[in-house]
Amino acid sequence: MDPSIFDWQPVWITLKLAATTVSVLLLIGTPVAWWLAHTGSRARVWVEAVVALPLVLPPTVLGFYLLIALGANGVIGGPFQSVTGSSLAFSFAGLVIASTLYSLPFVVQPLQGAFEASGKTYLEAAWSLRASKWDAFLSVASPMAVRGYLTAIVLGFAHTLGEFGVVLMVGGNIPGKTKVVSIAIYDHVEALEYSHAHWLSGGLLLLSFMVLLIVYAFNRRLPVHLS
Amino acid sequence: MNTILSRFQIEYKPFRLDIELEFPNEGVTVIFGRSGSGKTTLLRCLAGLERSSTGYLRFGDQVWQDESQNKFVPVHNRPIGMVFQDARLFPHLTVRSNLNYGYRRIPPEHRKITFEQVVELMGLRPLLDRRPQRLSGGEQQRVAIGRALLTNPQLLLMDEPLASLDAQRKQEILPFLIRLRQEMKLPIVYVTHSLNEVLQLVDYLVLLEKGRNVASGPANAVMSRLDWPGKDWPSTFGAILTTTVADHETEFGLTRVQYRDQSLYIPEQPLAVGSPLRVHLLAQDISIALGKPETPTSVLNTLPATVLEIGPTDTPGSSVDLKLDVGEPILATITRKSLAHLQLKPGMRVYANVKAVKMVHEIEEY
Repeated sequence: MDPSIFDWQPVWITLKLAATTVSVLLLIGTPVAWWLAHTGSRARVWVEAVVALPLVLPPTVLGFYLLIALGANGVIGGPFQSVTGSSLAFSFAGLVIASTLYSLPFVVQPLQGAFEASGKTYLEAAWSLRASKWDAFLSVASPMAVRGYLTAIVLGFAHTLGEFGVVLMVGGNIPGKTKVVSIAIYDHVEALEYSHAHWLSGGLLLLSFMVLLIVYAFNRRLPVHLS
Repeated sequence: MNTILSRFQIEYKPFRLDIELEFPNEGVTVIFGRSGSGKTTLLRCLAGLERSSTGYLRFGDQVWQDESQNKFVPVHNRPIGMVFQDARLFPHLTVRSNLNYGYRRIPPEHRKITFEQVVELMGLRPLLDRRPQRLSGGEQQRVAIGRALLTNPQLLLMDEPLASLDAQRKQEILPFLIRLRQEMKLPIVYVTHSLNEVLQLVDYLVLLEKGRNVASGPANAVMSRLDWPGKDWPSTFGAILTTTVADHETEFGLTRVQYRDQSLYIPEQPLAVGSPLRVHLLAQDISIALGKPETPTSVLNTLPATVLEIGPTDTPGSSVDLKLDVGEPILATITRKSLAHLQLKPGMRVYANVKAVKMVHEIEEY
């Protein structure tokens, strides 16, 4: 294949989607994981079960409900359309919302594990050393959870790279807008364009492997070893 | 009002803490009790790490908690230092950064105890650039104490700081605690289940049993009570005398210490002449004579004493406890036969022969 005709667009969309999703997930996932790690509330098991749902639910089920919710008459899509005038379904913003839900457990669970491992004991020590709750979270709990953050970022990113069913249903397959690598590969295989499929699949394989390799190598050198 | 007044009720079934306690806002107050007696919970209430919904806490003239006024000063706004049983050094920071963690968070004008002073006092210089994981348990605990001191607290709370250490490590830390007590004019509340480790330190003693305060007062007054309230421990501890090292008789393996105008001989101690040293007199090691012995005797230690009080004689067994005044109250356990034979009465002048003067850390753990 001549590399000059290689279509880079799905690659950029995929990377942009994964990066945006992970950023949103860190903002949402951190307080959720923190609450799960420290609460004594009865609601905890319910929230844990909901967070873990995407692990067991077929992507098409999640995609179907999301499509309805994000549609022009949906609970999210409706208000969005009346405010912005554009549709959430079959848009990049819609993809981000879908991916965020789909990858939620991959970010929340490692963070929750990290917060639980350091526990309340170090926080109590920080409070007794004049640190407010926020200060203790930023200066003690977060740096101690650095491995959890690393795992969460990598898993969230990699899982978003790899999703297919949800993005197909919610995003459709609009070139330049919502067509991501995994869907592009499927299209190429359908069209019997195996050399294109090889380039994209091989690239994704290499990228995923390199990311994991760097993370595991880096993880060993981190100063914080709990447990 | 230089006292600390606290009232806490906390229920964690089946455990219940129900305490009303006032103790001096100076010196070392030891909270003593078995595991499960509520002593750690009490300390955590003082720190503000636990909140009793009906609690009240006054520190000197500052009220830190008054639930009737809905007032509760959060932990990080209380001028306390806390030392936990597990040192809880932050694993992502070096020793130096751990020490500075609280120091950086207090206003510069409050930094009366300086970094250099604490490093010197706790012997931390060689450890400064190490990671906490690379320290021994004793070293970790010294850093934790230093870290708490650097917040320039007005009250130091220590939760069994030696409990996780073996006997040898305890002996490494005790001298630092003794220096801390002598050099810093800092009130300390020290929780322990082992009176041994604190006999060099204790000024005021609080006994807890099943979440209740069964006795409190100056250590010697509590320990020499004839109606010893503790059910969890043997009835009498005896007494502590605060002495000064006078000289060493190395050829006999003895150290002579001065108590008021009397001398006592104890096993030789590696301490400089003039050092203060507390010695422990067990009640069963003390016998009574009506006069100074005319003939030579093997007993080295004799203290003139006045009989203060005679304990109950209607108890099972053959012995009776006497409370004597040797300058401080001490207890002596003698047989009821001796009591009758010597016709002892309160107010009588006698001599207390001490068979063994124990160094406090040699006492068996109860």
